[in-house]
Amino acid sequence: MSDAKKINPRPLSPHLQVYRPQLTSVMSILHRATGFSMAVGTMMIVWMLVAAASGVEAYDTFQWFVGTVIGKLMIFGWSAAAFYHLCNGVRHLFWDMGYLFKIENAYKAGYLVLAAAALLLALFWWLLCGGAA
Amino acid sequence: MKLKWEDDGTFKSPLARARGLGAAHMGVTHWWHQRLTAVANIPLMLWLVWSVLQMQGWSYEIFTAWLAQPVNAILMILSLLSVFYHAALGSQVIAEDYIHHEGLKIFKLIGMRLFFIGAAVASIFSVLKIAFAG
Repeated sequence: MSDAKKINPRPLSPHLQVYRPQLTSVMSILHRATGFSMAVGTMMIVWMLVAAASGVEAYDTFQWFVGTVIGKLMIFGWSAAAFYHLCNGVRHLFWDMGYLFKIENAYKAGYLVLAAAALLLALFWWLLCGGAA
Repeated sequence: MKLKWEDDGTFKSPLARARGLGAAHMGVTHWWHQRLTAVANIPLMLWLVWSVLQMQGWSYEIFTAWLAQPVNAILMILSLLSVFYHAALGSQVIAEDYIHHEGLKIFKLIGMRLFFIGAAVASIFSVLKIAFAG
């Protein structure tokens, strides 16, 4: 092992169990996780629309569910995932245009995304709880 | 400078090189459509989040009257189209990356694509029914 290192000191592949997580790698996998969980969560929108098209009873059942603790937790998860994926998606679009490739800029944009997503999430829940009224 | 994955023109016909569609015959279509829907999703999702904020405790009558308004119906249908297409493309990449059993992967790719088409049709039909038939 030590001999091989001397002869050919190539980087080892990142075995996830022993690899120290970095902001960039954690945010990368989080982008996929939030995207996929939103794809599943969009079924709530489908339920809302199909229920409203079906009639009063089906719509009231949906409204009841959204008001329960589980429903509220789902809205919290949906909003957190949506704001993160939105902000980090913009970061991805900047990469696509060829910007932010310097490591320090990738990190700076990463922290900016986290701050913006947290701010939007806080604003959303402040308004949802009647903050502006 | 020539990159190692750039073909030197020896094995590819000039037509294939000009088309640039690659081995899957799709070229950059998947990548480009994901970016296209990503850009569309920015204003559409901000509108949807803004709308969800108002929806709390809305009765059936208020909700259907709101959705029947042309602006809301149009923005909702645009959101559904853009979001479901974006979700289908994204989920496809995740399945392709993480499922290593070929049969299971094909099964999941077909299932997810059909699932998103079904969800999109169901929700868009619902919007149209509320808008046109009340």
